[in-house]
Amino acid sequence: MTIGSTPPRYRISVDRDQCMLCERCITECPYGVFRRNGERIAVNSRQCTACHRCIAMCPRDAIDLEEQPVDYRSHPVWTRGTREAIYNQARTGRIILAGMGNAGDYPVIFDRLVLDACQVTNPSIDPLREPMELRTYLGKKPSRLEIRNIGGDDVELVTELTPNLQLETPMMIAHMSYGAISLNAQLSLARAAAAIGTFMGTGEGGLHQAIYPYQDRMIVQVASGRFGVDINYLERGAAIEIKIGQGAKPGLGGHLPGEKVCEDVSCTRMIPLGTDALSPSPHHDIYSIEDLKQLVRSLKEATEWKKPVFVKIAAVHNTAAIAAGIARSSADAVVVDGFRGGTGAAPRVFRDHVGIPIEAAIASADAKLRQQGIRNQVSLIASGGIRESADVAKAIALGADAVYIGTAALVAMGCRVCGTCYRGLCPWGIATQREDLTARLDPDVESEHVANLIHAWTLELSELMGAAGINSIESLRGNRDRLRGYLLDEGILKVLDVKPVGA
Amino acid sequence: MGGTMGGTMGGTIRIDAAEMDYTTLNRKIRSAAAGGVSEVILDHVLGQRFIADGLRGTVRLIINGVPGGDLGMFMSGPTCIVHGNADHAPGNTMDGGMIVIHGSAGDAVAHSMRGGKVLVRDDIGYRGGIHMKEYQEKSPVLMVGGNARAYLGEYMAGGLIIVFGIGGGAAVTERGIGSGIHGGEIYIRGPVEDRLLGVGAKKKPFGAAERKRIAPFVQEFASHFDMDGKALLDGDYTRIGPASARPFASKYTWE
Repeated sequence: MTIGSTPPRYRISVDRDQCMLCERCITECPYGVFRRNGERIAVNSRQCTACHRCIAMCPRDAIDLEEQPVDYRSHPVWTRGTREAIYNQARTGRIILAGMGNAGDYPVIFDRLVLDACQVTNPSIDPLREPMELRTYLGKKPSRLEIRNIGGDDVELVTELTPNLQLETPMMIAHMSYGAISLNAQLSLARAAAAIGTFMGTGEGGLHQAIYPYQDRMIVQVASGRFGVDINYLERGAAIEIKIGQGAKPGLGGHLPGEKVCEDVSCTRMIPLGTDALSPSPHHDIYSIEDLKQLVRSLKEATEWKKPVFVKIAAVHNTAAIAAGIARSSADAVVVDGFRGGTGAAPRVFRDHVGIPIEAAIASADAKLRQQGIRNQVSLIASGGIRESADVAKAIALGADAVYIGTAALVAMGCRVCGTCYRGLCPWGIATQREDLTARLDPDVESEHVANLIHAWTLELSELMGAAGINSIESLRGNRDRLRGYLLDEGILKVLDVKPVGA
Repeated sequence: MGGTMGGTMGGTIRIDAAEMDYTTLNRKIRSAAAGGVSEVILDHVLGQRFIADGLRGTVRLIINGVPGGDLGMFMSGPTCIVHGNADHAPGNTMDGGMIVIHGSAGDAVAHSMRGGKVLVRDDIGYRGGIHMKEYQEKSPVLMVGGNARAYLGEYMAGGLIIVFGIGGGAAVTERGIGSGIHGGEIYIRGPVEDRLLGVGAKKKPFGAAERKRIAPFVQEFASHFDMDGKALLDGDYTRIGPASARPFASKYTWE
């Protein structure tokens, strides 16, 4: 081949003084990097994905990893990524698929926003001493309450309330399907959601029997493939989410390759073994905002108006107007998934180039809904690229009611963000269906790790709120005065409706 | 819920649907079915959407009038007989049961249907049987007496579509038949021009074995609409199926 091979992405080296030839690395690496060669461990660095499993499991810290050990001639335009994409496509003539979220070199707006704290003029609040209200209700809120006196001092609520989800903290676990991730991974997340008093999404993979005990904590997804969707599934969930779009690949559907459709995945999705599971790009019963309303209502009607229905869209140019349309469709919440949202596999060109950041999308959607006087008609959920509690606080201050965390929850279970999910060989037992690999993930242990993470973020969020003199999450929501933009341009500050630092 | 078929089984009740909103109507149907009624006759139906949405059991609904969109959506078991036309997507994401329409239906008929049957006496609109799929003992069937418009059986993943083209002219004259099909089969009575086939769809031989396979379905269709099943079965059929179970497998490479 005249193009030749591209340089290895990583170089693995084993320190022979440290290595005790236990061969743990050979067992742990499903990519075949390591083999025993006489009295030493030989490596094939080309197979390495930087998943760090060997490094994490080596009892002697004998393994070292170097990224991009071979330099290209440096060039600011013709980066390694652009050159290697061309070599790949020159060979194959195909669309490049890639894992995880946006890898483009875009500034993170969250990192250019700073939070406020009390000094002198109003006291900060110590969450240890004062109650901090983080409980969040997702769903429609009545614009006014009608109350009737029923004799004496007793009153009765006349206004009919619509079902809401009650979260003990404004963080939920994002939709990651069984198929994209393992059952043990899903089970760990479900247990964590139940322990914390929050919710998680099923993704478009149906609801496996093993998850039934946690069904009250599950938001069941209805996507364009309708996989696993029947009336039992809809009734089991605490809420239903229609997936229109996904931040990692706006405008596209999904595609679970046949080799990932094992017996158990096939049962849960209700499709034959080994066939491709194709989710078309659009829902073919939704070609307009009126059609969306029809799907929302069909789901409510099927479940006798007992469940909130969410609609998830990818953050794109006119997100605010779209959100306002959704708010009028009888939906109870709009989920906006920013362009940093993760995925098992997306075309690289979409992952890196289509969509907008969640910070701008959520702020503009919140502003539009308020302008139109319908903010109470829907909750807003921010998703895609929430990495820490500060991001949660900032997303809420920009107008979100709650956030979904996806990648962060996987990282809590060991994921190293190697982005090789699509290989189906995840050494951490997360993005794989291979039994020996999924067995590595112990739901008893990992559910605790995920719960710990959300608990820790909740503590930090309380501290941030307390320091700002806020004792209730409602007082933080949309409270842009608690944010200042640091080195953000005037245009984006206007979109965010945030003042610059010092102002 | 559902399945509470205790008490006196059988019996018919009538509901006058005139001026009634769909939620009230469905509530009445559900309560009748739960009470063990075996047949519910709905009179003066005029555009109510979602009739029998998510309904379980074996109740039979006789619908006199024109039901609105998503008739029998998520339905699992019951039968709906429509004396009139139906709007878009009857049988949408249906899991089991039967819908028989004595008239025509709109777009996306039997969209994503996983099980059960949809029989339309006359014509259907665009995207009929789109993304129908099958699973274990469930295998959905869509049969259309008249014509079907473009994108018939698109993304089809399983089940069976038969279009008879009764009433003259070719059964399907528009493009995109079975584009992205990766499971199931489409039978169209009479010839189909090659140019009408979508990407991933392929004509396959139609012989005695295939005729035998569709015979019970054709008979069933004919008996519902008082037609001559034998004559219907006798025609030449074009059989269309997937060129591959992995239509998009050669589109992608990994990073």
